[in-house]
Amino acid sequence: MQQNKQNRQKDNRKVLKLGIAGSLLMVGFGFALVPLYDIICDITGLNGKTGVLATSEVKEQAIDHTVTVQFDGTVNSDLPWSLKPQVFSMEVVPGKLYSTEYIAKNIAQIDVTGQAVPSVAPNEASIYFSKTECFCFTEQLLTSGEEKNMPVTFIVSPDIPKDINVLTLSYTFFNKSRLTAAQQAAAAEAHEKI
Amino acid sequence: MSQDITHDEVAHDHHDHDHKPKGFVKRWLMTTNHKDIGTLYLVFALAMFMVGGAMAMIIRLELFQPGLQFVEPAFFNQMTTMHALVMIFGAVMPAFVGLANWMIPMMIGAPDMALPRMNNWSFWILPFAFTMLLATLFMPGGAPAGGWTMYPPLVLQGGHNVGFLVFAVHMMGISSIMGAINVIATIMNMRAPNLGYLNMPLFVWTWLITAFLLIAVMPVLAGAVTMILTDRYFDTSFFNAAGGGDPVLFQHIFWFFGHPEVYIMILPAFGIISEIIPTFARKPLFGYVSMVYATAAIAFLSFIVWAHHMFSVGMPLGGSLYFMYATMMIAVPTGVKIFNWVGTMWRGSMTFETPMLFSLAFVVLFTIGGFSGVMMALAPVDLQYHDTYFIVAHFHYVLVTGAVYAIIAGAYYWLPKWSGHMYNERLGKIHFWWSTISVNVLFFPQHFLGLAGMPRRIPDYSTQFAEFNMMSSIGGFAFGLAQVLFVYIVWKTVRGGEKATAQVWEGAKGLEWTVPSPAPHHTFSEFGPVDLSKLANGEKFSILSDIDEKDDKQK
Ligand code: HEM
Ligand SMILES: [Cu+2]
Repeated sequence: MQQNKQNRQKDNRKVLKLGIAGSLLMVGFGFALVPLYDIICDITGLNGKTGVLATSEVKEQAIDHTVTVQFDGTVNSDLPWSLKPQVFSMEVVPGKLYSTEYIAKNIAQIDVTGQAVPSVAPNEASIYFSKTECFCFTEQLLTSGEEKNMPVTFIVSPDIPKDINVLTLSYTFFNKSRLTAAQQAAAAEAHEKI
Repeated sequence: MSQDITHDEVAHDHHDHDHKPKGFVKRWLMTTNHKDIGTLYLVFALAMFMVGGAMAMIIRLELFQPGLQFVEPAFFNQMTTMHALVMIFGAVMPAFVGLANWMIPMMIGAPDMALPRMNNWSFWILPFAFTMLLATLFMPGGAPAGGWTMYPPLVLQGGHNVGFLVFAVHMMGISSIMGAINVIATIMNMRAPNLGYLNMPLFVWTWLITAFLLIAVMPVLAGAVTMILTDRYFDTSFFNAAGGGDPVLFQHIFWFFGHPEVYIMILPAFGIISEIIPTFARKPLFGYVSMVYATAAIAFLSFIVWAHHMFSVGMPLGGSLYFMYATMMIAVPTGVKIFNWVGTMWRGSMTFETPMLFSLAFVVLFTIGGFSGVMMALAPVDLQYHDTYFIVAHFHYVLVTGAVYAIIAGAYYWLPKWSGHMYNERLGKIHFWWSTISVNVLFFPQHFLGLAGMPRRIPDYSTQFAEFNMMSSIGGFAFGLAQVLFVYIVWKTVRGGEKATAQVWEGAKGLEWTVPSPAPHHTFSEFGPVDLSKLANGEKFSILSDIDEKDDKQK
C-alpha cells in the first residue's frame, strides 16, 4: 500500500514535469510560427510578398500571353500624404522590363519620411512578379508640400501560369518618422527581402 | 516542487476522515480538497455566467431597434468583446474544470486529484485574472473593444487595456494548463488498480483528451498575446506591416489556438451527455469504444483546420480546398457521436427528468450548430457568411445549446450528489422549456439576419433587419430571465429539499453513485480495487484491466 503510494507520487511528479515541458515547448512553437510563416510566404507568395530580385536579363519570349498589371496605392492613416499611380494599368509581355511611376505628395506643413510596403494580388501571382528598381527599396523624404514622381521597374516572369491574366501591384505608404529605432531596423531588414 | 507534493500527500493523510476543515479561510482559501475546489470553480463559473449574461442583455437591448438608443458605439464594442471573453474563459471553461474536479476522482475511485496543492493554485489565479480584465471597464479608454479574437492592428488601438488584457489571458492560460496537467496526472496515475482505460466513464475520457488539447494550445495563445504586448509597448513589429511584420500572421497563430479551443469547450460536454443519456435510457452507452476513438479523432482534426476562419482573408486555391475538406471531415466523427447517442436511446426505457431533457435538447440543437458549421466550411459560400450574424447563430448553437446546455444538464444530474438534496423537478422542467423556447427565438432568426447580410459586432443596422432583431432581443431577455430561475433552483437545492439517495437516479451507473449523497468530504480514501460491476460499461473490457493490473503489480 505505502509502496504503491510512493510510486504514484513519483508518477505524478513525472506527469507534472512532462506537462510543464510540453507547455514550454508549445510556447516555443508559437514563436517558431513567426519565421515559419515567413518561409512559407516566401515559397508560396501567400501574403503577396513579391519574388526574389530578378536579373534584368530578358529572355526571348513569344508574345502569346500578355498580362494586365494594375496599379494601386494608398497611404496609412498616420501619414499626411497623397499617393496615386500615374497609369492605372498596363498590358505587359512576360519576360520584358517595364517602368511606371507613382506620384506622391506631402500635404502636411512639416517634412515627413515615408516607407512604402508593396504587395501583389492574387497571391499565386506574387512569386512571378519582381521589381528591379523601386521607391519601396528605400525610405522617401518629402518636404512640406513637395510632390515627387516615384519610379518602379518590374518584370513579370515568363513562367507565370497561363491562367493568370490580371495582377495588381499595390503600395501602402507608412509614416516612417513615427516608427521607433527598433521598428525602423526591423523594417530595413524586411525590405531587403522585398 | 517535489517537496511540495510529498508534503501534500502527507497533509492529506492527516485528515483522511470525514470532518471538513473549520473556518472560512481554511475551508475555502486554503483547501486542497477536490470537491471544495470543484465547488469553487462552479460557483465562480456561475457568477461569470451572470456577468457575461448581463453584458449580453446590454447588447440585445441596443439591438432591439435600429438606431443608437442606449449605449455609445465604443461601449457597445467593449460589451461584445468582454461578453465573449468572460463567457469563454470565465464561464464555460471553469465550469468544465469544476465538473472535472468534482467528478473525475469519484468516477475512477481516486481519493483526490493527483496534485492537490496545485489545484488550489490553479483556481485562485482565476478571480485575480478576471478582476484585472473587468477592471478595464472602469479605466480611461475603457475595456478592450476589438473583439475576443484580438486581431491587430485594431486591438493595438485600444488604450492601456491591452496590457491588462494580455496579462489576464496569460493568467487564465496558466490556470488552464495547471488544471490540465492535474487532470492528466489524476487519470493516468490515480485510477483504482483494477480500472482499465477502456473501463473509464466517457466523461473521464473526454476530459483526458481535452487536457492534452489545453496543454497543446493555451501556450500558443500565450505566445500570440505576448507578441501583441511587445508590439504595443516594446517596439517589435510582429504584426506591424510598417515594420515588416504581417497582421495576417496573428490570425494564423490565433486560430491555431482558436479552433482546438472550441473543441476544448465541447468535448467535455460530449462526455457529460454520454453519462446522462444512458442513465435515463436505462441502457449502456451504444458504441462506447467508437465514442472514445471519435473523440480522439476530433481532437486530432481540430489542429489541422484552423484556416477555415480565414477564407475571406485570402489564401491560395489549394489552401482553401484543403481547409474546406479537412473541416468537413470533422463532421464525420461528430456524426458518429450523434448516432451513438440516438442508438443508446433506441428501444431504451426512457424517462424525461430535467437532465435528460437538457441532454435531448443538446443532441438536437447542437446538431443544428454543426450543420451551419458545415455550411460555413464551404469556402466559396463562407465569403458570404463570414463576419455576419450567420456565424453568430452558428457559434451560439454550438456553445449555448451545446456547451452551456451540457453544463446545465450536468449540474441537474449531479446536484443531488453534491448537495444531498433533490432539486425541484417542476421548477427544473419550467426552466428547461422556458430556456429552450427562448433560446431558439433568440438565435434562430440570427441565421436569417446573417444570410440577409447583417454584419456582426455592430451597434446599429439598417431597417430591413428590424423585425428579426426585435424577435431575437425578446428571446434574449426571456432566456436571461430563465437563467435567473436556474440560479434560484440551485440555491434552493443547496439550502434544503427532499433527501437524495446514494444512487439518486434509478438507471444511474458509475462509482460516483456508490457513495452517499451528499458525497462525504473524502471518498475512496482507501486506495484499492473497486467493484467494476457498478460501472456503466461493466466488466465488458475487464481483459484490458487485467493487463493493467498486472502492470501495476510489476511496479
Ligand atoms: C461540424 C463541426 C463544425 C464546423 C464544420 C465548424 C465550422 C466553422 C467555420 C467554417 C467557422 C468560421 C466561419 C467564418 O468566420 O466565416 C466557424 C466559426 C466558429 N465556430 Fe464552428 N464549426 C463546427 C463546430 C463548432 C463547435 C463544436 C464549436 C464550439 C463549441 C464552434 C465554435 C465556433 C466559434 C466560436 C466560431 C466563431 C469564431 C469567431 O470568429 O469569433 N464550432 N465554425
Ligand atoms: Cu474553427
